[in-house]
Amino acid sequence: MKEIWITLATVIVAPLVGGVVTGIDRKITARMQNRFGPPILQPFYDLFKLFSKETIVVSNTQILYAFLFLVFNIVAVVMFVLKMDLLLILFILAFATTALILGAMATNSPYSRIGAHRELISVLAYEPVLIAMTVAIYFVTGSFNIEDILKHNSFLILDLPFIFIAFSYVLTIKLRKSPFDLSTSHHGHQELVKGITTEFAGPVLGLIELGHWYELVLLLLFVWLFFAKNIFVAIAAILICYFLEIVIDNISARLTWKIMLQLTWSVAFGFALVNLIWVYIKYRLL
Amino acid sequence: MLFRKTLKKSPWIVHYDCNSCNGCDIEILATLTPVYDVERFGIINVGNPKHADILVVSGSVNHRNARVLKTIYDQMPHPKAVVAIGACACSGGIFKECYNTLGGADTVIPVDVYVPGCAPRPEAIMEGILKAAQLLEEKKKNIKKGEILNVAKS
Repeated sequence: MKEIWITLATVIVAPLVGGVVTGIDRKITARMQNRFGPPILQPFYDLFKLFSKETIVVSNTQILYAFLFLVFNIVAVVMFVLKMDLLLILFILAFATTALILGAMATNSPYSRIGAHRELISVLAYEPVLIAMTVAIYFVTGSFNIEDILKHNSFLILDLPFIFIAFSYVLTIKLRKSPFDLSTSHHGHQELVKGITTEFAGPVLGLIELGHWYELVLLLLFVWLFFAKNIFVAIAAILICYFLEIVIDNISARLTWKIMLQLTWSVAFGFALVNLIWVYIKYRLL
Repeated sequence: MLFRKTLKKSPWIVHYDCNSCNGCDIEILATLTPVYDVERFGIINVGNPKHADILVVSGSVNHRNARVLKTIYDQMPHPKAVVAIGACACSGGIFKECYNTLGGADTVIPVDVYVPGCAPRPEAIMEGILKAAQLLEEKKKNIKKGEILNVAKS
């Protein structure tokens, strides 16, 4: 019974948090560019506007895939809040992205297809780092279950500093922030029209937007996992981490997919691998 | 209800230049810079007619680009509005009588707001777009009532 209430609360609260965070993101970005910026509730206005528009789809399967993207993201967030298996959450998150890619591939639009290809490449870039993160957490705590991970007697970051750096690196790709916003981004860049979301319009685009908010909350919860021992430290860490993402978003230009792949696999995955070997020696061999 | 009138709060624009000179075109781009900060009204410049609510047209329509303009208009989901920027897009301007020119944007698609001037100031363009955003609310009501939508002149 308790689980049902937690699930309901998560499904309602997560998009509210995600929307407000996106709104604050846009406001801070505006202040960094020395302008006033939209109201903090602007993402909600955008979402409700999208839901009040006409539905235009090229093929009907697009609606299904957009809906699946949303549902998989909701399931992933709910599973995290219910403290279930971390590995399974990652797989469901990958399913969500796959649904988005399939949705973009369901049409013949070249912009949508190139966006889907780029999204596939970014999945290729960040997925090994996320898996390395989960494995390293397993080496430290001896379990994939978040419930057991939270019982760990110190901050997870003390054992996994390099993994955290690698994860922050990957967060930029996952949040579709500037150096790696190859497939799509919510700023007005016009290369590739709108990438992976080119062929989605009206309420269907609204579903994807909502899915992104759940995804954002889930990624911030991953940051929380590293600092879960103390709630205030965790909140401070999340705020600092997200602020740094906004700064990086504002000071950097877009890179090509080749550079993204090279950098993620060498730098981020290298960091993750070093940390992985370190915790393996510390917890498994000694 | 806080979110009832959201259409006028987030008008996303798509900009099409029907062979206008650099005058109107660059004024529209100037409107989109941080100096005028149109994002504070929720206006975002999207490159995709499927995401857009308002079509911003500049320049006179000729036989070549009439088809393109019509296609962009048709790809936008309802409710949608059109803003004609500058004398050429309003009536054809100095090219009105030319043999290769059809005239203003309203010869191809229904225009809701005319912003005259050669070229209009960014403030005027901003006002025109915001007026069109207000019109979106009325259009939404008309769709609900089942009234006939603006039908483009062929």
